[in-house]
Amino acid sequence: MKSLLKLGVAALACAVIAGCGQGQDSDQLVVGFSQIGSESGWRAAETRVAREQAEARGIDLRVSDAQQRQENQIRAIRTFIAQGVDAILLAPVVETGWDAVLAEAREANIPVVLLDRRIETADEDLYLAAVASDAVEEGRVAARWLAEEVGDRQCGVIELQGTVGASVANDRREGFAEIVAGNPNLTIVRSQSGDFTRSRAKEVMESLIRSVGGPNICAVYAHNDDMMIGAIQAMTEAGLNPGEDILTVSIDGVPDIFRAMAEGQANATVELTPNMAGPAFDLLEAYLDDGTAPEKWVRTDSPLYLADTAEAEYAQRRDRY
Amino acid sequence: MSAFKDTTRWLMTARPQLAALALVLGLNMVIAPGFLELTWSDGRLYGSPINLLNRAAPVALLALGMSMVIATRGIDLSVGAVMAIAGAVAAVLVNSGAPWPVAVAAALGAGLACGLWNGVLVAVIGIQPIVATLILMVAGRGVAQLITDGRILTFNDPGLAAIGGGAWLGLPIPVWITLAAAMALIVLTRRTALGLFIEAIGVNPAASRLSGVNSRMVLICVYMVSGLMAALAGLIVAGDIRGADANNAGLWLELDAILAAVIGGASLYGGRLGLSLALLGVWTLQGLKLAILRSGLPAEYNLIVMALLIAVILALQSPAGGRAWRRLTPSRREIAP
Repeated sequence: MKSLLKLGVAALACAVIAGCGQGQDSDQLVVGFSQIGSESGWRAAETRVAREQAEARGIDLRVSDAQQRQENQIRAIRTFIAQGVDAILLAPVVETGWDAVLAEAREANIPVVLLDRRIETADEDLYLAAVASDAVEEGRVAARWLAEEVGDRQCGVIELQGTVGASVANDRREGFAEIVAGNPNLTIVRSQSGDFTRSRAKEVMESLIRSVGGPNICAVYAHNDDMMIGAIQAMTEAGLNPGEDILTVSIDGVPDIFRAMAEGQANATVELTPNMAGPAFDLLEAYLDDGTAPEKWVRTDSPLYLADTAEAEYAQRRDRY
Repeated sequence: MSAFKDTTRWLMTARPQLAALALVLGLNMVIAPGFLELTWSDGRLYGSPINLLNRAAPVALLALGMSMVIATRGIDLSVGAVMAIAGAVAAVLVNSGAPWPVAVAAALGAGLACGLWNGVLVAVIGIQPIVATLILMVAGRGVAQLITDGRILTFNDPGLAAIGGGAWLGLPIPVWITLAAAMALIVLTRRTALGLFIEAIGVNPAASRLSGVNSRMVLICVYMVSGLMAALAGLIVAGDIRGADANNAGLWLELDAILAAVIGGASLYGGRLGLSLALLGVWTLQGLKLAILRSGLPAEYNLIVMALLIAVILALQSPAGGRAWRRLTPSRREIAP
């Protein structure tokens, strides 16, 4: 059944691409975008924002959904090369194995920009630039807010990690730990993995509340907002008051955390912007215009959002994610 | 047969499972001395044992269905995906204004339909169970993602949320659901001939067919029960976090369910149905998870410690482990002249 579905999607994609090919005027920029899939609300938002950004700039954007498979992404890139697009955006599903197909793109003189994840390669010239957030900095921003908020108070922090071994989890942990080390009144009392999911984080938080004791928890730091939403439920059900008695800070900026902040159950979130395509189009336009070489790693901002703007942010994001 | 005789016989067969559970509970008491304490507040019981039963509920339901499937020499890899589908169906319906009983009925119906699909593939078309259910394991999560549009669908319906987080007569509702499902299935398989049919199919499908068992019908029913249990588990997980997370709900839980059934003494070659033993297996697994969480061990060690402890438990239950045990504790028969 799945292969049949795939066949249908492929046929549809062919039809769409063929349709685009016809009414195209010569000076319009054509960009191919190989997206990983739509496995999370954030990923869906990234695609949506990319389309919006392309439309605003009059760019013809062709999106190919790889359904989490590298071979689909490689095939999509080869298709884009065959179509002679002006540039390719690639959100790589894994870090390695891109050298051959990127070399083909380079031979065809098509610049490739990586979105939101970077790759491991011996030859950095294979791609023009990477637009990605700095996950270590995200951890730092979260910890800096917490350090400022508690002042000189002793504060025991519970950390909910992402999936063990995921590079984002490692980076967000590293950045947070770096700032905590410089503030002796902050201590991480427990650090457990919640696998980036609501239900696992809720289960883990229930146990941690029991073993640490609710009154001894001063703050909770979660590597993503979804885990924080699970943790907030666990705390509320244990009779604690997250957002008031227990400070919370997490990362991503998904709509539901803004709602929790507006309701006074969460304090802060560090946004991982879904607008990766905007900066990519900026640097591509500059490069194709006069050959301006961009920075190899364009870091997107990691802004901090607090409860005061939560209501407005929720309204704005609700339909995008 | 008297109830007393029944109970003692059960205790004899359940010895290895009870020993493993006792071991794990002991481990928990060493790590957290107040482990067995129960407190009463807001009209419900609180405490680690209750937490254990509550958190074990989804895998317990899966393991009940899985034990029946395994006893027919089958396996159901799709239960995790069916959980995601059921949660998604219920969440979409309550969010579109349907009353929660309708949403629950639709979710259970979706679970039964998934089970029917698996059952037909296995029993009518004759695809090997591991392959047949693999299809739905892969495609089912995609179906759930289509239903939820790839995002976590949050809902506020108190009725649906209560299935995962409510309490009745002092106990969490997921615990009641587990107990009710277990009782119903045990009665169904032990007070009727169904249990015998299931085991007969597992031991020798051809012989059971020749002796008049409608194996096709029994197989389809067994996969439908597994689908129904998965749908219940999916409702509990969705109700618990008040949202349907199509990407993560029930992810890899089919493996936990298989493991629990095996700890409960099931043989993957079929022919052995022990629902209550599978429940002991589930609680042992959940106890292990709790112990690791409470120990404060760094997250990197979770899986490795879990695997080691499970290996120890399975080794103790193996024939070799049993022989070693008998050598250490000579039985009365050997001492008697």
